[in-house]
Amino acid sequence: MIILGANPVVIFKPTLLKPQYLRRMLDFSQRLDLLAEFNGWLSGWLVVLTIGVGFYNVVARYAGRFIGVQLSSNTLIELQWYLFSIMFLLGFPYILKHGANVRVDFLYANWNEQRKALIDLVGTLVFLIPFCVLGFFTSFNYVLQSWGRMPDGTWGAAELSLDAGGLPRAPIKTMLLVGFFLLLLQAISQAIKYLAVVKGYTQVSEQLLAEAENLPLE
Amino acid sequence: MESTWFIIDSEWLAIGMFLGFFIFLMSGYPVAFSFAGTAIVFGFIGWLMDGFDPSRLLLLPNNWFGTMSNFTLLAIPFFIFLGSILEKSGLAEELLETIGIVLGSLRGGMALAVILVGTLLAATTGVVAATVIIMGMISLPVMLRYGYDKQFATGVIVASGTLAQLIPPSLVLLVLSDQIGVSVGDLFLGALIPGLMLSGFYIVYALVLAYFRPEIAPALPVADRHLTGMALVRKVIKAVVPPLILVLAVLGSIFFGFATPTEAGAVGAVGSCLLAALNRKLNWELIRSAGHATAVVSSVVMTILICSSFFSLVFDALGGKELITDMLVNLPGGKWAFLVVSNLVIFFLGVFLEFIEICFIAMPLLVPAAQLLGIDMVWFGVVMAVNLQTAFISPPVGFSLFYLQSVAPPEVSTKDIHQGALPFIAIQFLMLLIVIAFPQTVRWLVDMASPVAL
Repeated sequence: MIILGANPVVIFKPTLLKPQYLRRMLDFSQRLDLLAEFNGWLSGWLVVLTIGVGFYNVVARYAGRFIGVQLSSNTLIELQWYLFSIMFLLGFPYILKHGANVRVDFLYANWNEQRKALIDLVGTLVFLIPFCVLGFFTSFNYVLQSWGRMPDGTWGAAELSLDAGGLPRAPIKTMLLVGFFLLLLQAISQAIKYLAVVKGYTQVSEQLLAEAENLPLE
Repeated sequence: MESTWFIIDSEWLAIGMFLGFFIFLMSGYPVAFSFAGTAIVFGFIGWLMDGFDPSRLLLLPNNWFGTMSNFTLLAIPFFIFLGSILEKSGLAEELLETIGIVLGSLRGGMALAVILVGTLLAATTGVVAATVIIMGMISLPVMLRYGYDKQFATGVIVASGTLAQLIPPSLVLLVLSDQIGVSVGDLFLGALIPGLMLSGFYIVYALVLAYFRPEIAPALPVADRHLTGMALVRKVIKAVVPPLILVLAVLGSIFFGFATPTEAGAVGAVGSCLLAALNRKLNWELIRSAGHATAVVSSVVMTILICSSFFSLVFDALGGKELITDMLVNLPGGKWAFLVVSNLVIFFLGVFLEFIEICFIAMPLLVPAAQLLGIDMVWFGVVMAVNLQTAFISPPVGFSLFYLQSVAPPEVSTKDIHQGALPFIAIQFLMLLIVIAFPQTVRWLVDMASPVAL
């Protein structure tokens, strides 16, 4: 419980973390933030694209039956959830940056910025970063197999859809790795910012507050 | 029977895991990563104690891929987008203003307007926040200006806005259908009648209260109506008919089997853009901001889904799921005891957690037992959904309460909003009892509907 004390700064010895190091880390964090912004932007437009494809599929199913021509295909049907998956995998780093993840905050909301940042810092280091690493490594072989890697180290054909005319599976499974990697990068960026707030950089905490997106969940 | 109450060591770890999760949750760290973190911590301890085989983790990517390729979950962005477009294009405001003008001169009329609009918006969007915020911004100031009781006015708004969660299409029902393994179409249809009944109860309550205590819900002076006669009729038609058509198109196509809920969502999303276009509100900025909001909300839900599947893999491996299922199945009193216990659990979790946490924490534990006891899962899902309504408006933690608070004028205190919600929680409880006592309220429409012909 010591770390939850009124003055959390004490656990980081000033000698271990010189201000110029922290500045450099914050620069790095800003670059990662740009990447998350881009992913968030892309994610929003992927929603629109997914809806377009979904709508076309419904229309094509009925219109196609009416005129007796196959207008939709397994490619287009699978494309819908491919796009949706990419959309939310890219959305993960963005919502992390903007603090949109749901919290149980009836205690958290009453704490000061430093204590909040400390909770987030510890959580990011102990929970989130290990989770990203674990997710990446457990999925690694799974993805390699999908690209056709055999247990004996040779390479066969890459995995295809089970349905005729479907899309190849390997690229979308690879997105799982990409998703965990991007989330890891953003987790690192957040950890740096939380650390700065804990160390008393009020500018950073103001930035976190200004970026917070409490979007309606329903 | 007795042996099922006997707990061996790795199951102790499972119980510890559950308690540990709640402690992490209370720290305010995001729910999703608390799930993942708990799984890491207790998976690691389990591994050290030989209670958990880490090679099980290799099942994870396959679970995650199953989530990615799940066709039902695809409906989530569609319905969120639909709601965002309606909210951002100002259609909801228009509706509220119009119905307010029509009913305002009745005793309790503004309250009635709020309930009716809440119901109609609920049937189009499933977006609680939008509904509560819009009604809080437009109706609450009007109601207060003409002397409505603060608690009554805020209570009506939070309760009516929350209907969006019960009346299909709704995010709660989508997530529930995934968690309890029934078709989302059945769940939508099953929840429709209870949802409308609940809205009916609110209306009755508001009217009765306004009749006996006119001072808390007075009629608006007729002189303050700007529109009369044909102009009013035209405004009503223009505001009410298009959303009504959208509702009927979305729900009707599911009911008559023209489309799966996912397909209906895609059509509804495009339909909402059409409505915005009819009102000359459609532009790229609207689509961009709706797309953005949809991406954020969908990602929030999917993060929790991805992380909770990790949690439940470890929890299951430690024998936690089996333990709880055994306990629930063997409760003295069987099916009814199970129902009482599960409803109490959901209700009490609802006081301090949100629906999304409850869906992912409690449902995986309750569902296997419900299936073993031979409970109709569609009915069970609707019972849970009605119960979850209280989670939104029960103080101190309730999304609807927060949303209203964020837009309420300063003279309305948090205490007013909290106390205002209480009578409506009582009405929701009554509705819960009715759905439990009369499963036909759920089954009737489901049994009548046609399955989708693909």
